Amino acid sequence: MSDIDSATLWIVIVGLGVGSFALRFIFIGLVGDRAMPAWLLRHLRYTAVAILPALVAPQVIWPAATDGAFDIPRAAAAAVAFGVGLVTKNVILAIAGGAITLYGLLYLLG
Amino acid sequence: MTSSRRKSAYLSGLYDGSPFILVIVPFATLFGVLATEAGLNVLEALAFSVVVIAGAAQFTALQLMVEDAPTVIVLISALAVNLRMAMYSASLTPYIGAAPLWQRAICAYVTVDQSYVVGITKFERAPEMTVPQRVAYFIGAVTPVVPLWYAFTFVGALIGTRVPESWALDFAIPICFLAMIAPMFRTAAHVVAALVAVVVALLAAGVPYSLGLIVAGVAGMMAGAQTELWLERRGAAA
Repeated sequence: MSDIDSATLWIVIVGLGVGSFALRFIFIGLVGDRAMPAWLLRHLRYTAVAILPALVAPQVIWPAATDGAFDIPRAAAAAVAFGVGLVTKNVILAIAGGAITLYGLLYLLG
Repeated sequence: MTSSRRKSAYLSGLYDGSPFILVIVPFATLFGVLATEAGLNVLEALAFSVVVIAGAAQFTALQLMVEDAPTVIVLISALAVNLRMAMYSASLTPYIGAAPLWQRAICAYVTVDQSYVVGITKFERAPEMTVPQRVAYFIGAVTPVVPLWYAFTFVGALIGTRVPESWALDFAIPICFLAMIAPMFRTAAHVVAALVAVVVALLAAGVPYSLGLIVAGVAGMMAGAQTELWLERRGAAA
């Protein structure tokens, strides 16, 4: 077992805790209800639709579980979850569709 | 009256956040297990989840510490993974920035991918919500997530054995996010923003410390904003 030095560990835990809170507090806490410029708001409207797909896309194409090899069950599950979400606008149905596709194909191809 | 409306906002947030239970339980357990394998005791693993409360950053920090990376590099890398939280914070500010400071501090602490995506979807769709209702909804959305994140880190640290890889739990998170993103595509600008972000994210996958994600996110946001401007100008001209 590669024991992590206890002092180092606590420096990391506290440092990460303070830093992560600062990142989350910086706008909500410090800007508060002061008006933000229109150009900034225009950009912020697209935060969710930009960051979340960017977070997911590499995991779909190069899944960590297969050491980055393209994986048909995972890619198909992603496509089904997204497609069902687009068509039905129902999150639970979309998750169920993705999960059924993933386990179905893992079973069939595995 | 007000308190009953606030209560119903809380309950509707709770309902909308509940699908994440399926994701958080295995993910938190896995963190507890890996933390134990890296040599952390139960208290240390739990403290990690309570203080930092950010899955991807915690996994990054743990991995780097196991590899004996310098402490500064561990901190910088894990915070880079969390840079998107600053963007979430900015994005939520127009909706809940008028709440009392202590409420904003709590909201900041519980701003994670899951509460952000649930919250922002609702706030965009329901502009008539009051600030207290939004805060109640946001706290509701995170209620099924945060306590379970603590509890199952604890459980995972107690089990200390590996979750079978055949369960394919790695993919629970991508499926959930894709399911939640899809209904957000309301205008051409949203579609352009997402497409640009995905292409840049794939091109920038080799950039260290997850900074490719930030570059991709900013590129997507700029593309969305420019498309919106272009559509407005065309609409005004026609």
